[in-house]
Amino acid sequence: MGDRMGKIRVLVAKPGLDGHDRGAKVVARALRDAGMEVIYTGLRQTPEMVVEAALQEDVDVVGLSVLSGAHLTLVPKITALLKERGAEDVLVVVGGIIPEGDVAILQQAGVAGVFGPGTSTVDIARFIEERIGGSTTGDVERAPA
Amino acid sequence: MPRLDPDVSSLIQHARNGDVRSRARLFSIVEDGGEHASTALAMLAPDGGHACVVGVTGPPGAGKSTLVGRLAREIRERGQTVAILAVDPSSPITGGALLGDRIRMQDLHGDPGAYVRSISTRGAVGGLARAVDGMALVADALGYDVVLIETVGAGQDEAAIVGVAPTVVVVEVPHLGDDVQAIKAGILEIADVFVVNKADRDGADQAAAVLRAMLSLAPPSESWRPPVLKTSALIGDGVVALLDAVHRHQSFLEKSGELAHWRDERARRQIFEAVQDKLLARIRSTVPPGHLQALVDDVSGFRRTAEGAADCLLVQSGLGVTAESEGIGPPDRARCDA
Repeated sequence: MGDRMGKIRVLVAKPGLDGHDRGAKVVARALRDAGMEVIYTGLRQTPEMVVEAALQEDVDVVGLSVLSGAHLTLVPKITALLKERGAEDVLVVVGGIIPEGDVAILQQAGVAGVFGPGTSTVDIARFIEERIGGSTTGDVERAPA
Repeated sequence: MPRLDPDVSSLIQHARNGDVRSRARLFSIVEDGGEHASTALAMLAPDGGHACVVGVTGPPGAGKSTLVGRLAREIRERGQTVAILAVDPSSPITGGALLGDRIRMQDLHGDPGAYVRSISTRGAVGGLARAVDGMALVADALGYDVVLIETVGAGQDEAAIVGVAPTVVVVEVPHLGDDVQAIKAGILEIADVFVVNKADRDGADQAAAVLRAMLSLAPPSESWRPPVLKTSALIGDGVVALLDAVHRHQSFLEKSGELAHWRDERARRQIFEAVQDKLLARIRSTVPPGHLQALVDDVSGFRRTAEGAADCLLVQSGLGVTAESEGIGPPDRARCDA
């Protein structure tokens, strides 16, 4: 009974100033199709906005899309803010243009997974499901037949 | 997802002290339903009944989210706190959802007096999620002065919001249809305040005129005449007048005694819904799966009606009248006992 009966909730956000949101939208759509509840914040989010939204929405996962090269500035700031607000248990994943050598730095900052170009969206959904282990179908099936 | 059993009472305490995460978790508990939701709602209920609860509905793309964001800003300007419950549809195929209302409410960021929560319908029909009623109570009991509930994009018939919010704002936009659309039954009937949004576009005056003409045909005895307002949410025009109209309607409800009547009706509905849920839960836990499957086979094979199957389930769960007293024939009775 300790299981949360609800669905996996994911915040998909684009921190920083780049306007390339196609990837974020494709991933948001794919996670929706995997049965998750995806809250999409839109463009140009500050780290504070991302963390505030994550807290208010009580998400299990924060997915960040960065294509501007500012990931080493923005992402550690977000993980630090999450920790500061007592939400370090929220799973943080990053997608976008992340050079090979930066992956370890992001992981050290608390990022659980980095997904570069060419990653299958199915793999991203599976990664999240494995880490969170929630139900993605329960509620519709629970509705009175 | 796996989470430890929440300590509901300490969560409530932290939430009352303004901790955003505890508030959010409380909303989740109520959203997910079940035993913890019942505990939380029972503990919070005595603090409810103070908030001004307002529903905002209308077709997809009418500008509801933008307008709700603007309204929230105006509410904050006037020194009141606000919680927004924004509902978007869930997928009928996967149960997943893409919740995008928040995108239009960025102005509220960094304001501790405003809370925004995106909600999936989780398969419910009628334009809302089933849990919204309870979630509005959470917001009310946590002390938010105003609770704004945004429905999914509603077409003609998604009217569940009337049971949850005593004041309903229906948002229309220019060029949606002619005057026959306006006299059809459905969400146009539930408006306490009409808004023609995107009023900076052409056709807004005509849309407002059609709505006013429709209202002029309403029975004359009605004591509240819904005003028809024009807004342009993107630039913020008309929002002050809209909030004024909402407050006028709320004070009308209080003075006329209609609020008490509305609450009475809502309480009745909530009790019946709870009874339904509990009956169903009891039946599910007492009837062996094999019996249920036999009844399902009968109904899908046209050998029995769904209502007849329901009678059997009630009898088997010890909830129904006996088959004899209802005059159900012996063959059926035998099958119920099978």
